[in-house]
Amino acid sequence: MKGLIRWFFFRSRGDSPFKLLLIHLALIVACLIAIYPVARVVSISLRPGDRLLSTDLALIPKDATWSNYTQLLASKDFFLWVWNSLTVTVSVSIIGVILAATSAYAFSRWKFPGRAPALVLLLSTQMVPAIMMLIPLYLMFVGITRQFGIPLVGSYLGLIVAQSAGGVPFSIWILKGYYDTIPVDLEEAAKIDGAGPLGAFYRIILPLSTPALAIVFLFNFMASWVDYILPRVILPKPELFTWPLGLQRLQGQFQTEWGMFAAASVLVAIPSMALFLYSSKWLISGLTLGSVKG
Amino acid sequence: MRSLLAGDIAEKLWSWLRALLALALLALVVKFFATYLPKQQSLTPTVVLGSVKTVGGFVALIAAFVVALEFVLYVVLMKLLKWKHALAYMLVAPGMVGIALLFLYPFGYNIAIAFSDRSLQRFLPGAYSYGLAYGLENFKSVFTDKILHDTGFWEVFARTWLWTAINVFFHVLGGLGLALLLNRTLPLRGLYRTILVFPWAIPQVIVALALHNEFHYQYGFVNNLLVSLGLPRVQWLSEPVPAFVAATSSNIWLGIPFMMVIILGGLQSISHEFYEAAAIDGASGWQQFKSITWPLLQPVLTPATVMGTIWTFNAFNVIYLITVGGPSEKTDILVTALFKAAFEFYRYGQAAAFALVIFVILFAVSATWIQLSGGLKGVTD
Repeated sequence: MKGLIRWFFFRSRGDSPFKLLLIHLALIVACLIAIYPVARVVSISLRPGDRLLSTDLALIPKDATWSNYTQLLASKDFFLWVWNSLTVTVSVSIIGVILAATSAYAFSRWKFPGRAPALVLLLSTQMVPAIMMLIPLYLMFVGITRQFGIPLVGSYLGLIVAQSAGGVPFSIWILKGYYDTIPVDLEEAAKIDGAGPLGAFYRIILPLSTPALAIVFLFNFMASWVDYILPRVILPKPELFTWPLGLQRLQGQFQTEWGMFAAASVLVAIPSMALFLYSSKWLISGLTLGSVKG
Repeated sequence: MRSLLAGDIAEKLWSWLRALLALALLALVVKFFATYLPKQQSLTPTVVLGSVKTVGGFVALIAAFVVALEFVLYVVLMKLLKWKHALAYMLVAPGMVGIALLFLYPFGYNIAIAFSDRSLQRFLPGAYSYGLAYGLENFKSVFTDKILHDTGFWEVFARTWLWTAINVFFHVLGGLGLALLLNRTLPLRGLYRTILVFPWAIPQVIVALALHNEFHYQYGFVNNLLVSLGLPRVQWLSEPVPAFVAATSSNIWLGIPFMMVIILGGLQSISHEFYEAAAIDGASGWQQFKSITWPLLQPVLTPATVMGTIWTFNAFNVIYLITVGGPSEKTDILVTALFKAAFEFYRYGQAAAFALVIFVILFAVSATWIQLSGGLKGVTD
């Protein structure tokens, strides 16, 4: 017991036990504030249908039930929304990684004419707010849909195109930074062994860059997965809704479908948060890399 | 020694527990999906096949385009001109052509729209026309007319900066406070850190949609918390000031973890020797913070604050999903007003001009920062 107390008030930098108690109290209060709204969503998802609207503040309802989950999965289009989101997100991430991997290699290894302006251009794309690009992109996509019959509006395609393009500049930056750390000697050695310049890229650089490629994939995946505004403008049909649009539709029916909205939120949030917490170390290093470099 | 060991074991246990908990929750989700996938009606094999076909066909189209582009570059640059940069251009081409088509061209197109009289009534080619006079009219109308139903530019502009300043101030204050608390050997540190990151980890759309309901007068938790503290209920979403407070406090809650994590990283890179030397000289905690922590934190804090400012300035989801800019456009910020001008009032010409104005504002902020932080020197190395 004494050991436990000593552990809890483990002293460092001369913090007194009283100060440590205050620190723990402050952190516990902060944690409660951070977790309460999240816990509320879980709590509402477990409420039975006749008690959806209640002024109760307890986090675990007395008569907890899975009925919101079963009702959501059986009678709403939840699976379709998740499928739509996955289709778009996976396509965007793959296209983004392929385009960025090859471009970044050229930026890292060759000093070609136009390189410096291109790098500045990549950086300046990050300053333009997404909403601003929405107007010309939407009108362009409407024009292409009408003129050439490629349905960029009203299908996934416009969304995939716009989101891939949005992620490429940042991905190129991250990958270029990573390639820069790989010594050129490795490729020289491969060339002496008879590999062409592209052979060296595929056999040496790409395998060595797996962690950076994974980060870039994750970045594009997360950005596309949680996007609300582009799908909102480009996908008007309910059968093409991604999960944010589907959730908004459930949330709009506040009086009757709050429980199902909460259940859907929990089902989406668990994998999303697991992915985020698992990859947050790299995400943060990527963010700071971006800010240090740029 | 004993206490140190106990702390280590607790941290290990906690990391195992966390992994186990995550796996259990994921298993629960997978179980639900596996049970109900055969029972539901919306995601049929036809739908799956249809979308795979659409996307597959489209990706094949893009691939064909890339191959054609590469072939042309190969023949022209490498075989005909035998240029030494040919390979670099071939590698860069697909990505840069994509950025040119989906960034540079739309940007130019946006300028063109700003110089047109395009609107819902004049939408199709031929119905609208371009002209310098239209452009001047559009830019003038951004500043002098209403950009929303009955709100002008300057009101929204002022509110956007108020919104940004309040948010960023509390993000930095809260993030700094929590980071300072966490920056020590502390039992349960990992647990606190993980929980405190929750607001950042959960998808923003979910939070914003859920909070919209939680600000409900009768059933939302905010008012019920107030009642349990003996305070009166507030009309959160139907009165201007409470609505602004609701949106702002939600965004503060959302943004603190990012600052906390970034600042914590900065704090950990400050060497202990500074503090030891200061302690020997008898410096108080506040003096140490003022002359060691704060100045040495600037290289991390400045870019994070600039990024935070730009993100908050652009925080569309929070405003649009919690208050929808209401009541009567009293919580709209520039980006939500821009969205409404284009996609609810369909004044494309004016909206495109408005977008350029916002771009200039943001560009000025970024350029100032780049100037302050020593220019673009390292960028093109």
